[in-house]
Amino acid sequence: MQKITRDVLVEKAVSLLENGTVANVLGWRKGEFDYDITPAVFTDKADIEANFVWNDFCGANFSKYLVQKTRKLEGKILVFLKPCDTYSFNQLLTEHRFDREKVYAVGVSCEGMVDIDKIKAIAGDGISKIVCGEMIEVSTVYSDEVIKIDAKDVLEGRCESCKSKKHVAYDELLGEEGDVIDSNRFDEVAKLEAMTPDERFAFWQEQLSKCIRCNACRDICPACTCENCVFNNPNSGVENKAAANSFEEKMFHIIRAFHVAGRCTDCGECSRVCPQNIPLHLLNRKFIKDMDSFYGEYQAGAEVGSRAPLVNYTTEDVEPCDVFEGGNE
Amino acid sequence: MQRIGVFVCWCGSNIAGTVDVVAVAEALKSEPGVVFSANYQYMCSQAGQDLIKDAIKEHNLTGIVVCSCSPRMHEATFRKTAAAAGLNPYMVEIANIREQCSWVHKDMPVGTEKAIILGKAAVAKVNLNTPLVPGESPVTKRALVIGGGIAGIQTALDIADAGFEVDIVEKQPTIGGKMAQLDKTFPTLDCAACILTPKMVDVGQHEKIRIFSYSEVEAVKGFVGNFDVTIKKKARYVKEELCTGCGDCVSKCPMKKVPNEFNLGMDNRKAIYIPFAQAVPKVATIDADYCNMLKNGKCGVCAKFCQAGAIDYTQKDELIEEKYGAIVVATGYNPISMDKFDEFAYNQSKDVITSLEFERLTNAAGPTAGKLLRPSDGKHPEKIVFVQCVGSRCDACNEKGKEYCSKICCMYTAKHAMLTRDKYPDTDVTVFYIDVRTPGKNFDEFYRRAVEEFGVHYIKGMVGKVSPEGDKLIVQASDIIANKQIKIDADLVVLAAAIEPDKSARPLATMLTASMDTNDFFTEAHPKLRPVESPTAGVFLSGACQGPKDIPETVSQAGAAASKVIGLLAKDKLTGNPCVAHSNEMMCNGCSSCERVCPYGAITYEDKEFRMPDRTTLVRRIAVVNPAVCQGCGCCTVACPSGAMDLKGFANNQIIAEVDAICK
Amino acid sequence: MQVKEYKPLIVAFCCNWCSYAGADLAGNNRLNYPAEVKIIRVPCSCRVNPMFVLRAFQRGADGVILCGCHPGDCHYTSGNYYTRRRMAMLFSMLDYLGIERERTRVEWVSAAEGAKFAATMNDFAEKVAALGENKRLEDLRCKK
Repeated sequence: MQKITRDVLVEKAVSLLENGTVANVLGWRKGEFDYDITPAVFTDKADIEANFVWNDFCGANFSKYLVQKTRKLEGKILVFLKPCDTYSFNQLLTEHRFDREKVYAVGVSCEGMVDIDKIKAIAGDGISKIVCGEMIEVSTVYSDEVIKIDAKDVLEGRCESCKSKKHVAYDELLGEEGDVIDSNRFDEVAKLEAMTPDERFAFWQEQLSKCIRCNACRDICPACTCENCVFNNPNSGVENKAAANSFEEKMFHIIRAFHVAGRCTDCGECSRVCPQNIPLHLLNRKFIKDMDSFYGEYQAGAEVGSRAPLVNYTTEDVEPCDVFEGGNE
Repeated sequence: MQRIGVFVCWCGSNIAGTVDVVAVAEALKSEPGVVFSANYQYMCSQAGQDLIKDAIKEHNLTGIVVCSCSPRMHEATFRKTAAAAGLNPYMVEIANIREQCSWVHKDMPVGTEKAIILGKAAVAKVNLNTPLVPGESPVTKRALVIGGGIAGIQTALDIADAGFEVDIVEKQPTIGGKMAQLDKTFPTLDCAACILTPKMVDVGQHEKIRIFSYSEVEAVKGFVGNFDVTIKKKARYVKEELCTGCGDCVSKCPMKKVPNEFNLGMDNRKAIYIPFAQAVPKVATIDADYCNMLKNGKCGVCAKFCQAGAIDYTQKDELIEEKYGAIVVATGYNPISMDKFDEFAYNQSKDVITSLEFERLTNAAGPTAGKLLRPSDGKHPEKIVFVQCVGSRCDACNEKGKEYCSKICCMYTAKHAMLTRDKYPDTDVTVFYIDVRTPGKNFDEFYRRAVEEFGVHYIKGMVGKVSPEGDKLIVQASDIIANKQIKIDADLVVLAAAIEPDKSARPLATMLTASMDTNDFFTEAHPKLRPVESPTAGVFLSGACQGPKDIPETVSQAGAAASKVIGLLAKDKLTGNPCVAHSNEMMCNGCSSCERVCPYGAITYEDKEFRMPDRTTLVRRIAVVNPAVCQGCGCCTVACPSGAMDLKGFANNQIIAEVDAICK
Repeated sequence: MQVKEYKPLIVAFCCNWCSYAGADLAGNNRLNYPAEVKIIRVPCSCRVNPMFVLRAFQRGADGVILCGCHPGDCHYTSGNYYTRRRMAMLFSMLDYLGIERERTRVEWVSAAEGAKFAATMNDFAEKVAALGENKRLEDLRCKK
């Protein structure tokens, strides 16, 4: 359950709109279902008061939207950022992807978002109504009984291993500032590393074979803001959708992970949106873990202008043949 | 669609012996784009080149593939051939079927199969080649010589005599270098000062030469023809333009106990000093580590006595920015430290000295006014032992010394032995050696004179130990020809210490992006054919910074480097390498990744206005590559996330085409 | 079943200044290595995009090796330092996905190390041959 209420955000949005600080509000809009929430641009008070949402389903990271929205919208944009979103925000600033002057960033403290799939696993299908709170109240079309679920039991995977409750960028903060957390987010990677190559291969083959190449992971990724994505560019040497034995098809996830290596803030949007529930963040986290251990700890987006490990070097770096040491054979 | 010609070279039997060249030519005929295919005995010969030229004209070829030796050998040749026939030279690709095929595989079918695949890869690449035109950049007609020893002096004089401006940067207060410290020079035995100092004067008086003494190179930017160099002129606390070099300040300075580096610490100098009488520029320098005025604010004697008013205790290091078209490295050498060679008791006995110290002991301007006296007690030594190869020609595993031969020691040791016997015939002189290496004009005759006329004892064998006993040095050695152990009670032991590059060379190489070998000697662009050029364009090598050298060799190399510099400065414009990076502005994110990895600072950003399909305009940040600065490494192309950055001549699609052709 | 001796296909990316010259030197000295090693010349090892490595595997290469100047000796000063980081990351990722680690290698070969070039290629080819055909990357997304 979020400590900051929807009303606080609505009031902030309305007042900034009305006093002319911003002309647009980037926020979460109510969808068809209570758990189905869409990022949206609001421009008037009535719309905000009626349709703005802030609850445990507001996982969407708005940073990426700023790249296009700052180009297209007139006037300043108010954007609400959860702590993890602020890292993406900074990373995009590092890469000069949008004009900071066009954005009014309001940090919102976050208690973690919940995973609808986990709720469905408990409550079953046919959910008709969800009321967020410390205990989430779920009603289904199949029963009159209201199922109560502790929000802590159904947190999104990424929130269970939250890396930071601290906002690294904002103009104004709603709620209390938190701290960077000594997270256990690399445990899953370490577990995979401890397996034999055969087991690892079996794991990834199982996972990646589920991929339907919907591109959702790429489309949501705040690091994937290229003007022209290599997977859409026939001249990149990577794109070849039509070919049966397609390079792109086979290598998509490796190439994508490598493209965002050093720039990925580990926001976890890729895994959140994957319709096949592939744990894609485990690819990105592997890179982050490796870079941390080989080149010193580095958190993309922690500071604007920082130099990522892959555009940096020392003369004493580890040799590629030595990266396997410590891995189980 | 390209019209490609394939030319398969036999290279006599070098290729044809292991590769069925006819089959290769035939197989490549059916590759996409290939309209002509031929084989010939020597493609690089005039007749072979004519064959290519005729085919280009006759078949309207738009690209050619030459299956021959390494592109490092003849790529330039065949590019010229293509250009002569009106084809853009960058439409040429070489398939290396000699060094990387016929010479390493013994089986004809195996070699032929591989040659065909290599040919296919080259055809696949040339299909995607585009004509490239090199850019041009202007040349700053001034050279920088780093180091003012005999190498730097000779290079500077030769360049300046050709009419170009030269600046010398020397870290010591005077030019002259090691040669100024020497007594006599082999094989003619004329005195070093007599032949060096006139050259130093020439440099000092040359209207085209400026000397930055007591200065160091601080930073180097830019590229061939257009270097921007920052020179740090260290504070010498004396106004150079006012100092007359009269030496009054030196004689009055009360601080007398400063080890004199010119005499290798064997005597003392003052805190204000002129290194030696013939110094150029003849200007005093205050040693801030010893000057009482600078350290404690007490004294001021030199300022009081200086009639020219040249003393300035408030002087600060000064940074000078200057542009150069060419840079010559002439940083020279030093003898290695003897600290690790305990067996020779260098640190235990004052009478164990290095050969350079011996030079000073026999030099008329040295600490003993040229009399050969033992440093310990000032007595005349009656038995002298010279030990050669101290730290030279060591095993790779021996961390004390160097693997290489220091080259000059055999000759100067023969010189020292000969001069000693000449001046003091009663002295017994023994030289221990591994081999005596005296190639060079009149060198071996010189060594034989030492043995035959002057009666120097040469013993093949190494010295195991030198132990001071009383006022004697007990030298234990082996004579490997007589196969026996020898003991000599010597009065003086002289060690021919190995020489190594000056310590300033490594950081300088980094600044210049010039490569070095594992011993910190600068690497040549080609060890045989381009010995005075660094692989980094516009950087040239003179003297011992490139490898151990004696004076005649240094002077000839210095002249060679000068002639290369003159050749460069004589040009008004330089034609660049067209294989440079370029950014597709439609795809560029402006993210700065490329800029961060560029070793040359060739990438900058600009805000560019784009017309959008809906007729609005959008200002986006995009990367721009300076083709004159870009050297074409391609690091940026991989750093670029969007693939906007590509490298001409080695484009993404070209390399992928090669990969595909090989893996098919 | 009798199988013909398996010859692995190996793509070797060599930088123009050191390793390609090293390969030439191996040729000059007539030092043998398997013909299945095919060299692609690049200006610097840092020109090698990890995509090229993956592409080679996907098209049927059994092993991919990158050769560049020794660290500190890069003709372009720092190119090979970036190569070292990029390839360390890529190789670690491939290992993480369960691809055999012996299929990829980075080796620093100077222009003077013809013997090292040949020895490296022989050793690499032998190690890759022991692994057999590269099926895993092919099958990574094709669970049967």
